[in-house]
Amino acid sequence: MSEKPKIALYWCASCGGCEEAVVDLAEDILQVVEKAEIVFWPVAMDFKRKDVENLKDGEILVSFINGSVRNSEQEEMVKLLRKKSKIVIAFGSCAYTGGIPGLANSYSKEEIMNYYYKEGLTVFNPEDKRPTPQYIEKNLAFEIPEFYERVYALDQVIDVDYYIPGCAPTRNVVKNSIDTLFSGNLPPKGSVLGASSKALCNECPLNDTKPEKITLKEFKRIDKNQPEKDKCLLIQGFACLGPVTRGGCEALCVKANYPCTGCFGPLDGIEDYGAKALSFLASLIDSNNEEEIEKIINEWMPNPLGIVYKYSLPKSLIFETKNKKNGG
Amino acid sequence: MKNNNFEPKLLGIFCNWCTYLAADLAGVSRMDYPANLRIVRTMCSGRIDPQFILWAFRNGADGVLIGGCHPGDCHYIEGNYKTLRRYKLLKRVLKEMGINDKRLRLEWISASEGEKLQRVVKEFVEEIKNLGPISNDEAFKKLLTSTKGG
Ligand code: SF4
Ligand code: SF4
Ligand code: SF4
Repeated sequence: MSEKPKIALYWCASCGGCEEAVVDLAEDILQVVEKAEIVFWPVAMDFKRKDVENLKDGEILVSFINGSVRNSEQEEMVKLLRKKSKIVIAFGSCAYTGGIPGLANSYSKEEIMNYYYKEGLTVFNPEDKRPTPQYIEKNLAFEIPEFYERVYALDQVIDVDYYIPGCAPTRNVVKNSIDTLFSGNLPPKGSVLGASSKALCNECPLNDTKPEKITLKEFKRIDKNQPEKDKCLLIQGFACLGPVTRGGCEALCVKANYPCTGCFGPLDGIEDYGAKALSFLASLIDSNNEEEIEKIINEWMPNPLGIVYKYSLPKSLIFETKNKKNGG
Repeated sequence: MKNNNFEPKLLGIFCNWCTYLAADLAGVSRMDYPANLRIVRTMCSGRIDPQFILWAFRNGADGVLIGGCHPGDCHYIEGNYKTLRRYKLLKRVLKEMGINDKRLRLEWISASEGEKLQRVVKEFVEEIKNLGPISNDEAFKKLLTSTKGG
């Protein structure tokens, strides 16, 4: 029997949704298992770091890594996986563009620590103890990972070959990506796998109801209003980000009557999704008056950053760090 | 980290029809203004993608000055209104990122207002001198104190 290609799956700063997306493949995952041998998947199987260390460099064909990088353990693990793998795939928005954990980049480490160890409503910590990476008590030394100042997307830490978008990637996108990988017909390095190169609106069933030009006097918040059915959400005043978001999810959220929040990330050629989304939303505002513009923005968006950078703050040009490639 | 010798690096992005001509006029009329400003010309202030501004800050600009035609005077009718809307929203986002939003300024300066240009640049240089280098801002502290990538 010829040896099966080895694959690894790992999570960093992640909500678990991406792991769930893999499990959701259901019978499709059996196909993967048939074709490949899983050598590392800490969430589902009992593997240890040592098992990876014992592999030869490049012995793993593909590593799927989800979650963003936020502490030293994650950095070490992804560097190790990079060394042992031929192909590394950033799986899901967090790994691809920094994701929801990446919103923490709008706070300092100190503010975050203060909240979680002091100010949070349910925190009881009279001695004001904080996590310390090295901690010694009665001859026992403990070590915990170091919490970094900021959150990184995967390619800001290691070299990444391909990206699978989505929060979480949908079943079809995962399946298409895996088919592409095993077809042996690999796209150019850096490609986004399994998704579309056109904007989401293109595959949205409500696209026919969307006029050429849209201007809005007010935006409606989805937490306070119920959209009408079967009418483009943008013309109803909901900030649907379909026009600036990569397609491929088949307009999953819109079909559930919820505006697209941009989890599939930027279209080709756009470096900073948030800046593009901001530019797009601002240009919809139907006013030439300074105060009125401010009023529309303030009433509608208590925190605009969370809207335009919901999934991609670490990949904003401001936080862009070229990966130093010392991992692979 | 207040440094009195600090000379800010400022980027001006000026529209071809108004503010750029004002800078030209200031030049030929020998009105002097601080040399801290480097100017880039775009056909319309409406062409200024927020990505340009973020890119400038990331690459060391301590302040960015956008110059466009007065409301109603845009060569392309309403490019400058688009700029105004983007500017307002971008300011909010910059603040949330941890960048002092005073580092971004928008001014309407027509082709004949060489003096206004001179005044605005002088003011802006002073203001940014008071703020200090952009590396003082929270967003950049995060980049600088990064422990990752050893
Ligand atoms: S991309 Fe979404 S589903 Fe995946 S880990 Fe991040 S937050 Fe969770
Ligand atoms: S609902 Fe959203 S995705 Fe659908 S057509 Fe309108 S803007 Fe595009
Ligand atoms: S509609 Fe938008 S937010 Fe929802 S899954 Fe698709 S890309 Fe993601």
